[in-house]
Amino acid sequence: MKIGIVRFPGSNCDQDCHRAVDEGVGAEAVYLWHKSHSLEGCRAILLPGGFSYGDHLRAGAIARFSPIMREVIAFARDGGPVLGICNGFQILCEAGLLPGALVRNDSLRFRSYPVRVRVEQADTPFTSEYEEGDVLRMPIAHGEGQYVADRSAIDALESERRVIFRYVDELGQPTEEANPNGSARNIAGICDEGRRVVGLMPHPERVVSNLLGADGLGVFHSLIGSVRATGDGTATQALEAGDGPAARAAEAPATQAAEAAEASAP
Amino acid sequence: MRFEIEIRVTPREGIVDPEGQTIGQALDNLGYSGVHHVKAGRLVRFELDADDTDQARSSVDRMCEELIANPVIERYEVQIRSPETASP
Repeated sequence: MKIGIVRFPGSNCDQDCHRAVDEGVGAEAVYLWHKSHSLEGCRAILLPGGFSYGDHLRAGAIARFSPIMREVIAFARDGGPVLGICNGFQILCEAGLLPGALVRNDSLRFRSYPVRVRVEQADTPFTSEYEEGDVLRMPIAHGEGQYVADRSAIDALESERRVIFRYVDELGQPTEEANPNGSARNIAGICDEGRRVVGLMPHPERVVSNLLGADGLGVFHSLIGSVRATGDGTATQALEAGDGPAARAAEAPATQAAEAAEASAP
Repeated sequence: MRFEIEIRVTPREGIVDPEGQTIGQALDNLGYSGVHHVKAGRLVRFELDADDTDQARSSVDRMCEELIANPVIERYEVQIRSPETASP
């Protein structure tokens, strides 16, 4: 089972994603170059964080037209699981695979620190190993992470249970203080109508070890479990909400932590 | 014919514009009173070969919808100057 990690010029969380997949959960990770026209048989696609194409025009606006994105869009429309993290989330919105957009943080500052997010839905390929209501500690690192959409689009996301992660405080409450960027209704991550495409601003791939915290490991365990559950060939069918064991810190070898700590740019 | 194109992209009404707000705040701090509703945006200017103004306009509209503006958060205004109307 291969998991593809797309590399755009300016991606800088690609290696962290690679490590989360191969060292974190023991699956095969391959890099896919932005100019490529093939997903090389990958069963899931990760769009990593960074500053693709220098964030020119708008974050994610140019990456969306890369040759590889044509394949990723077709794969997603076919039901393939796609995860966009940070800049990857921005790209998914620009590509129209997810609704809304990410604009400048309301503080106008680049925000880089750990936040808490609550898992709102556990029926996506990236959250099935969590329980709804789990509060995870993950870092954010972005200047344009404020999620916006018009009111009706946000109401639709809520009523269709498509808000997947929400910024919360230590009590698990989505307060204004816990919202690092001014996102509408503390939204940190959402999914598409088919629940197979997920985007989030925090970085689960940076918390997959004992040293740095392992709250993000469940995202990758969920993905592997969901791809296995869909059998051979291209993943096309939706997966029911997972009931497998929750991913826990003990599963991550501590040795990778030092390496992971080096790669700390967004 | 070669047309001069100027596109102004600004945040849509209802979309927060922290940059505009900050500029407004800074102007106020500097003592410029009476400044309201500051909006900050982006200017894109280029030259375009087209048969006529209509063709140029429809082509630029498509460019804006597809790439230059994000209709979810931005609105755009296009100004087209043909060689005849261009100042010498």
